[in-house]
Order: sequence, then structure tokens, then C-alpha cells
Amino acid sequence: MKQGVIPDDFTAPFWSAANESKLVIQNCSKCDRLQHPPAQDCGQCKSGDDLGWKEMSGTGRIYNYGVVHDCPIRLLQDDQPFNVAVIMLDDDPGIQMYSHLPGTAVDDVPVGAPVELVFEESANGQKIPEWKVVN
Amino acid sequence: MATGYAPSSMYRSREGMGIWEHRGKVAAVGVGHSPTERRWDEKPETSVGAWSIMALRNAIADAGVSPDQVDGIVIVPETTTGAFWPEDKPLPQDVINAFVQTDDPLDGIAKLSVEWLLKNMPELTNIKYSVYAPVCMSNALNVAAQVVGDGLAHTVLVLKAWHNLQGRYYQGGQNAQDAIGGTSAIRSLWGAPACYGTALQFAEYCRKYGKDHDMMTPFIINSRRNGLMFPEGYWAQHRPEELTPEDYQLARWIAKPANLFDNDIPIMCAASYLFTTAERAKDMKQKPVYVLNHADSDAVPRGLTPTLDEVEAECALTGRKIYEGAGITAADLSFENMYDGFTQFHQFHIEGLGYRGIGFGDALDFYQTDISIEGPNPVSPSGGNIGSGRSRFWMHTDSIQQLQGRAGGRQITGVNAEIGVSGGPMPLGGNYTVWSATPD
Ligand SMILES: [Zn+2]
Repeated sequence: MKQGVIPDDFTAPFWSAANESKLVIQNCSKCDRLQHPPAQDCGQCKSGDDLGWKEMSGTGRIYNYGVVHDCPIRLLQDDQPFNVAVIMLDDDPGIQMYSHLPGTAVDDVPVGAPVELVFEESANGQKIPEWKVVN
Repeated sequence: MATGYAPSSMYRSREGMGIWEHRGKVAAVGVGHSPTERRWDEKPETSVGAWSIMALRNAIADAGVSPDQVDGIVIVPETTTGAFWPEDKPLPQDVINAFVQTDDPLDGIAKLSVEWLLKNMPELTNIKYSVYAPVCMSNALNVAAQVVGDGLAHTVLVLKAWHNLQGRYYQGGQNAQDAIGGTSAIRSLWGAPACYGTALQFAEYCRKYGKDHDMMTPFIINSRRNGLMFPEGYWAQHRPEELTPEDYQLARWIAKPANLFDNDIPIMCAASYLFTTAERAKDMKQKPVYVLNHADSDAVPRGLTPTLDEVEAECALTGRKIYEGAGITAADLSFENMYDGFTQFHQFHIEGLGYRGIGFGDALDFYQTDISIEGPNPVSPSGGNIGSGRSRFWMHTDSIQQLQGRAGGRQITGVNAEIGVSGGPMPLGGNYTVWSATPD
């Protein structure tokens, strides 16, 4: 079970979108550039003035993965070992998100395969963006 | 005297800066270490402050200078291996009372300030310049070289110390909670341990070049062997155990493809070096080791974790910066002491250097050849963090000692020790020093 999330001011748009089963990623409208994790300033123009949030299409590919056997987070330790994959979004492959790949067997991960967005409830009910292999 | 962090102008971060303006005019002379310990036993005499003082005094004595000759100090104020003093744990008053304290009761216990050191080292009467470097000795060495070269001080102590407290690594704090803040959740909800990012890069590397985890075995065994000949190191002092191929290959995974022995063991320790001008170094007790260049990597990955493409591009750039400022080529390197704590960093660093002519994808095959200190192609003669525990400074101590001819059992014999390079930690985000037995 993933830890619950206590949204802060900065990331509230990301977490409230997730609760509506939407994925939004921070975007600098001046540079037309997405960035994740979100930051106070755009990584390109270094200004925070044009930062907002943009909804993603919800498709991507598995870029890479590892199998976690010794996790520092107590709530996840019962689930060991588990996959942690890196997803690259179709909207912009420079944007990466982590995934436990629900439904994919441990260490049997199809690198390069297409994935689609799903949402998973965490310990306090906050919905978390997750990714499932498209069959 | 308020001490601040070194300005960005002190770092050599860009390609095209030419030969370093102080090439061969700055030298390391003295080396000082504390003992090592797995975790702090909460006694005053083994605190991170006490061991810092010990390392500094050892470096001063090793260089054969009197403390009042020292006019500058560069330290890393962060001392954590990942362990922080728990908020609900009472402060260790007997330890605090054993030293002259600053306003911060954890100064000298879970962090370190120049102010604390100077209050507790009254013999340092002549410090005119002090500056902080973030996180690593590798960074502090870049700063110290520039401080001496620029004439901000002429006899400078450099220090990095580490505290490690009771309890399992990274298991407390927010990792033990049922809910965490939204900003950190974006990265940390998936439970990836510290070595995960490097394991990912290694996984992609293996897929791209057709390599596998077992091919790391000779590197691991070589690193432990060299570490056991490092009397200042953790494994030599506390657990003098050789590693076998089976030990490595059958070890439990932490984040596959990184296993237990691909991770460095967190420890307590401190080390200091004495830097001075090439001119003054001539009159000191040890043979000077000249700094030919220092280089900085300040790249930031686009996404959550660096891709292999980003890693290889940055390591290649770092290699070019290292050689450009030193006025050397890969062929001039007698040895390399690039970072290894995680083991799976090392191949990226040495491929970026083109060490012994290798390119990207070649290092694991290179590891299957003679990489020992006796051979013509010594790899990590220090043994690094894997050989001696998490300090991120063994590679610097070893480089200095190799070039002084006093590396003891680790002294390389298959090649003359003339020029070496050390540094790290990350392929994206590291600091490097080129060392030489002669100033030109
Ligand atoms: Zn922008």
C-alpha cells in the first residue's frame, strides 16, 4: 500500500486532478515546455511567471525498470519485491513518472511496451497516477 | 567571521576555459584521518566533531607545519550519511558539555561549522579565510585548490567528516509515516531506495551493450582487496574479509540490478588534507602532490532520473573538462580513482575519461582484464567506498599517497605513479581533481 499524500499548496493542483482521475503536469507556457517533478521556476527560462498545469493524454511507454527488494518505506515493505518502472509520457518523452506497474509480474517487465494511465488509492484515500501495460 | 558557501565562480564548470590558471602552483602535502566506526557510540571522544579535530591535527602534523601557519580552512558543513538526530530524542548533554559549543547544540554532533572547529582548536590562531563546500570532499578540494591558487590563503586545511547514528539506514522519518507531503510524494511514493537510480542506468547499459551484473565481479573483488590494504578504512579496521565471486553474485538484491555489495556501507569517519602553494610545499615534511586542474559537473537531468544518454554525455563532457584544464590526455593518466559508491557509477566515469582507451560500453570487458594495482591498468587503487566504506574521500587520499609513493600495500607497481585523477560522486553532479607528482 502506498503512503497517503498530504497535498501542499505547491502540488495541490497535481493531487486534486488525480482525485478526478486526471494527470496534469507543470507547464511553462512561455517556453511551451513541460517539467516534472514540478519546480518553483521553469528549468529553461528560469522564471516562475508562466508556470501552469496541463492535462496529459494518459499514454506512455516503459522506459526502464528496477526491482525493489529492500524498500525504506514501511508501508511498502509487505509488498516486496516489487517493480518500480520509469514511464516516459507520449506527450513528451522527457517527462518521466514512476510506476509499480499493477498487473505486471515482478521482474517480468516489457521494456518499451505501451502503458496507459490508471489511478490507485493510497493509504489516506488520495488517488495516485499509476500505469498499466496495454494488452 | 561568518563563513559562507563558495561562490560558483570558484568552480570550473564549463568546457573551453583552457588550461587552469593555477596549474601546478597548488599542492597537497599533508593527509590526516580519524578512525572509522559503523555508528556513533554517543561518546564525546568519538563524535563527528572530535574526529574532525583529530583528522585536522593529523593533517597538520603530517605536513610538518605549525598550526599558526594555517591561514585558511575549507570544510563541508553537512556530515550526515542519511541519519539525522531524531526530533524526539533528548540532546546528548554530556557530549555538548565536553566541547566549547556554538548556538547550535548539534554542531559537532550531527553537523559542523567553522566556528565550532575554531572554538575547539585554539591552536588555529591565524585563520584569515574560511569557506564552506557542499556535501563532498570532492567539492571541497576544488574550492581549496582555487582558494590557494587565487591567494585567498596560502596554507589551507580541507575537511570532510561523516556521522552515522544508531538505527537502520533511512528507515525513520517520513519513510515510517502513513502519509507524506505532496511535494516529496511525487518522487518518493514508489519506495525506490538510494541505489535505484544508478541501478536503472546500469540496467539500460546492460541492455544496450549486452552486458550483465556478474561482469561487475572483478571490479568488486579488486575494490575490496585494495580496501583491505587501506589501513585508514572501515573494512581493513573492522571486518578484514576478502570477497569471493560467490559472495558478490549471490548477495541479496537491494534494487535489482544493484545488490548489497553494489552499495557502500555508511560509516563515521573524517579526513583532512593540507593544501598550500607549490612554493611553500617545498619546505614541508611530505612530498608535494601538485594540482593540475579541477573540474565540476553541474548538469541536471530533465526527468526524475538521468537517462543513460544523459549520463554518457555528461561523463564525456566531464572527461574533456578534466583534460583540457590540466593540459593532458587520457594517455597521461597513471591511474584513476573515480567514484564508486554505488559500484555502478564507476564504469560511466572511466568510460567518460576514456581511461586506457576504453569507450562507452567497454568497461565491463575491461574489468575482465588485469585491473589490479600490480598491472598496467590499475582501476580504483584506493578501493573506493566499496573497499573502505562511505566517505567519498578514499580516492583522494589514495591519489595523494600514490603520487607521494606512500600508499603502502596499495602502491601501484605495474606503472609509475605520475598523474592520477579522482572525484565524483554522480555522473550528473560531481567534482574532480587532477593530481601530479611534478608541477609540469
Ligand atoms: Zn519557461
